[in-house]
Amino acid sequence: MATQVIAGQEVAVDDEGFMTDPSQWSEEIAAVLAKNIAIDTLTDDHWKVIKWLREDYAVEGETATLRRVSTMGGVSTKELYTLFPKKPAKKMSYVSGLPKPKGCV
Amino acid sequence: MTSETQSMAVPAFMDGDDSERKLAIICSKGTLDMAYPGLILANGALENGIETHLFFTFWGLDMVNKKTMKKLTMTSAGNTSMRFPGTAISMPQWMSWIPGMTKFQSWMMRKQIRDLEVPTVPDMLQHVADAGGHLWACKMSADMMKLELDDMFDEVEDIINVDAFMNLSEGAQVLFI
Repeated sequence: MATQVIAGQEVAVDDEGFMTDPSQWSEEIAAVLAKNIAIDTLTDDHWKVIKWLREDYAVEGETATLRRVSTMGGVSTKELYTLFPKKPAKKMSYVSGLPKPKGCV
Repeated sequence: MTSETQSMAVPAFMDGDDSERKLAIICSKGTLDMAYPGLILANGALENGIETHLFFTFWGLDMVNKKTMKKLTMTSAGNTSMRFPGTAISMPQWMSWIPGMTKFQSWMMRKQIRDLEVPTVPDMLQHVADAGGHLWACKMSADMMKLELDDMFDEVEDIINVDAFMNLSEGAQVLFI
């Protein structure tokens, strides 16, 4: 398993650059990861998604799909595509230090 | 930028973030089981930043017709892939003719879909539209079935002819379902 130094901390990542240990994540890391995928500033709306995703992951043990974020997390599909353009599912999980969602919907 | 960020690789999924890849899916079936493949594929494509168009034609119009979209059904008649759950035994064709069987099978499938937390067909269409997918209805089929745009799901952008479909699917990968 590869490691990367992000925001001064060594973290485990997979081949695609997703963090593999959510406990190593911090808000500083999230800010650096966001910049890495061309999201310059994480707004309150971004943080709402990130925090909900992490809370949901802690309970469910897998990353929520976009559909789940919109129905359970209260952030609409349209909004998710605005906050994390083009590839919202991958981008939101990447910044949140979680694996990408497995579900198809 | 700090030295840490410089040592980080941009994740592979960012490749082709500005790609021009395009997908056009022709939905020609109106049964419950055949409504989902197009919708799931469209959703997956959109999540990967691919411009996606769905073109509903013939029986596929049932998927976007306000009167029918919530009532799609499926049947085991002529479908030898329909087996008794957990076995390799095809359901005997004569069972398809038992009164109420289609209704029961459709109910059963809807339940299985719901148990997987997969949305209903109308919810799935809304999700695809919210994700930026484009929905189109086929003119010839709509004429045949005497349907107008007002009869269609609100997110259907227009009723278009095959010429218009050729234009919008230029350079696209096309799937016929």
